[in-house]
Amino acid sequence: MQRREFLRLLALAAAAGASLRPGASAAEAANELYELPAFGNVSLLHLTDTHAQLLPTYFREPSFNIGVGAAAGQPPHLVGEAFLKHFGIARGGRLAHAFTCLDFEAAARRYGKLGGFAHIATLIKRLRAARPHSLLLDGGDSWQGSATSLWTQGADMIGAQKLLGVELMTAHWEFTYGMARMKQAVDKELAPIEFIAHNVKTVDFEDPVFKPYSLRSLNGVPLAIIGQAFPYTPIANPRYMMDQWSFGIQERHLQKMIDEVRAKGARVVVLLSHNGMDVDLKLATRVRGIDIILGGHTHDGVPGATVVSNPGGRTLVTNAGSNGKFVAVMDLEVKGGAIADYRYRLLPVFANLLPADAAMAAYIESVRAPYRAKLEEKLALTEGLLYRRGNFNGSFDQLILDASMAVKGAELAFSPGFRWGTSLLPGDAITFEHVMDQTAITYPYSTLTEMTGKQIKSVLEDICDNLFNPDPYLQQGGDMVRVGGMTYACVPHATIGSRITDMRLAGKPIEAGRKYKVAGWAPVAQGASGEPIWEVVSRYLRERRTIPPLKLNLPRLIGVDGNGGIAV
Amino acid sequence: MDERRRVVLRGAGATGALAAALAAGLLKPERVLAATWDENAFRKKDVADALKIIGADDAVASKEVVLDVPEIAENGAVVPVEITSHVPGTTSIAVVIDKNPFPLTSRFDFMEGALPYVKLNVKMGQSSNIRVIAEAGGKHYVAMREVKVTIGGCGG
Repeated sequence: MQRREFLRLLALAAAAGASLRPGASAAEAANELYELPAFGNVSLLHLTDTHAQLLPTYFREPSFNIGVGAAAGQPPHLVGEAFLKHFGIARGGRLAHAFTCLDFEAAARRYGKLGGFAHIATLIKRLRAARPHSLLLDGGDSWQGSATSLWTQGADMIGAQKLLGVELMTAHWEFTYGMARMKQAVDKELAPIEFIAHNVKTVDFEDPVFKPYSLRSLNGVPLAIIGQAFPYTPIANPRYMMDQWSFGIQERHLQKMIDEVRAKGARVVVLLSHNGMDVDLKLATRVRGIDIILGGHTHDGVPGATVVSNPGGRTLVTNAGSNGKFVAVMDLEVKGGAIADYRYRLLPVFANLLPADAAMAAYIESVRAPYRAKLEEKLALTEGLLYRRGNFNGSFDQLILDASMAVKGAELAFSPGFRWGTSLLPGDAITFEHVMDQTAITYPYSTLTEMTGKQIKSVLEDICDNLFNPDPYLQQGGDMVRVGGMTYACVPHATIGSRITDMRLAGKPIEAGRKYKVAGWAPVAQGASGEPIWEVVSRYLRERRTIPPLKLNLPRLIGVDGNGGIAV
Repeated sequence: MDERRRVVLRGAGATGALAAALAAGLLKPERVLAATWDENAFRKKDVADALKIIGADDAVASKEVVLDVPEIAENGAVVPVEITSHVPGTTSIAVVIDKNPFPLTSRFDFMEGALPYVKLNVKMGQSSNIRVIAEAGGKHYVAMREVKVTIGGCGG
């Protein structure tokens, strides 16, 4: 980070911190947060990775977000106290709650839920009233993550995006509805929202599948927004669902698009990216001519823009969190054909500080009405905090692992390291909707397979390398597979093949040649089948009625003491 | 995108493009190749042995050889590899995948005036370095990139 940017961040944080102390009144906090003076002549509003959360939610930020290599100790790989210190945020206040996991339960009870499209809508209207020359961009992962989005194949979210006034979007999980549904939605349902993705081509002739970019004019300033879909969609998700399309980061093609839009007169070039922040930070050093990368995918709620230098000048890189918790505001002063100055804020959407927008609230009601009874079925009560996000495990994943092993009669269980999935407080009822918030995917099959100790090790090594490879281009932006039953140690700084050690089942070392019964779900292979995981978990919950606080099966970590990405 | 073109070419078969290139005289037909083509190189299981046979064991790294591959393969069975040689007078391009059972996958010879550009799909069983060797004036120039083959899953 450049010194100037750091000082600007400090100043912003200090201003925000002034009345966002624990003692600030709701009215004071709302004014401090949302009465944001407009700056410059052009503004970009950005939200990303809402994961179809139409209603306000609790979402606990991670206590493990370890950075390796050059990323260690740098945003976004900071959590807890290290995060607060880096960004100069007061401990115990609203911002500390929005951005970190610290004292989560007490802070969640005090400050309430975040997000919800009716509250986001109110905030967007307020921001746009002061910013007549603005664009609203959605970075994708908007149509997946809830029961209603799955059951309507994203149609509920398309309606909400339109009502919100989204103008452009790109995608990742959207592709898991399949190519036919994507084309149908983009070609027939999405207008006036423009769908952009320069890095999706047909496998056979490499024809572009979508518009690569959009040229717009705001307040007389010509600007271009280029879309970057998640480059590893066919690898991280089932390839058969989009097997006629090829993705990838495609630096050279991106450079071509940038040169093309510059030649067409764009004075501001924005990449609406679903790369993940680590990939964006590397990309920004290698590609010339992008002014701003508005990023998502890795769900990093980062309060400031990171300034990256490259042969073409500098690029601002942001990441705007997830689950509807935040709306990002990038105010630009464009002078003499270039950005002269900017102000960036990532605003947490506190539902109790922003009244619900009536039209959006009514729309959400209409979406939920047909499914209400099913959604609201109370399956059990949780006595502990349930959450997912984190590098290695979360209590909601522990619950899924426990349920999988119990129902399937397995010795071990795997659960994918997704970064979406909301949180519940102790004493909350676990409804069917909450289970769907953790599991609503188009390949929800639960499985029981026999794997040798050697195969188990090789799977863990492979996934761990997707998380901790020091080259960001080889990271896929998910977290480590969650493991039930088996304990292990993990060395994040090691290389593939030597990160996973000391694998044990009930204290006894895992044997390479022995076969173990492993329960899992979300297989990416074609032809997989099995009872949907939400049925498995629901049955387990109905039988138990009460879920006590769960003990997380976390690996013993080696060699990462003092890493700013760990808060325990 | 033109669906008709896709159907027509699908009917023409996968070898269509290559056949067209041969007909245009840009790639040397087999009978001409016979003199320089050492089939033995394709049977070697060791990278060094294969490189030696094609005379590329002393190849120097060159930015003039541009290799475009995905960082992570979407499908290990069909990994696209795009190569352009900017080395003047390039007469051949060879593709070697270190960890394949038979590392030398292909070699292309170019007649004078042919653009030294190749695009092909290769099969990879595991993560490996891909090296591309261009030959010009009896000298060899190499570019190398790693391509990762992963089981996937677990995306954010």
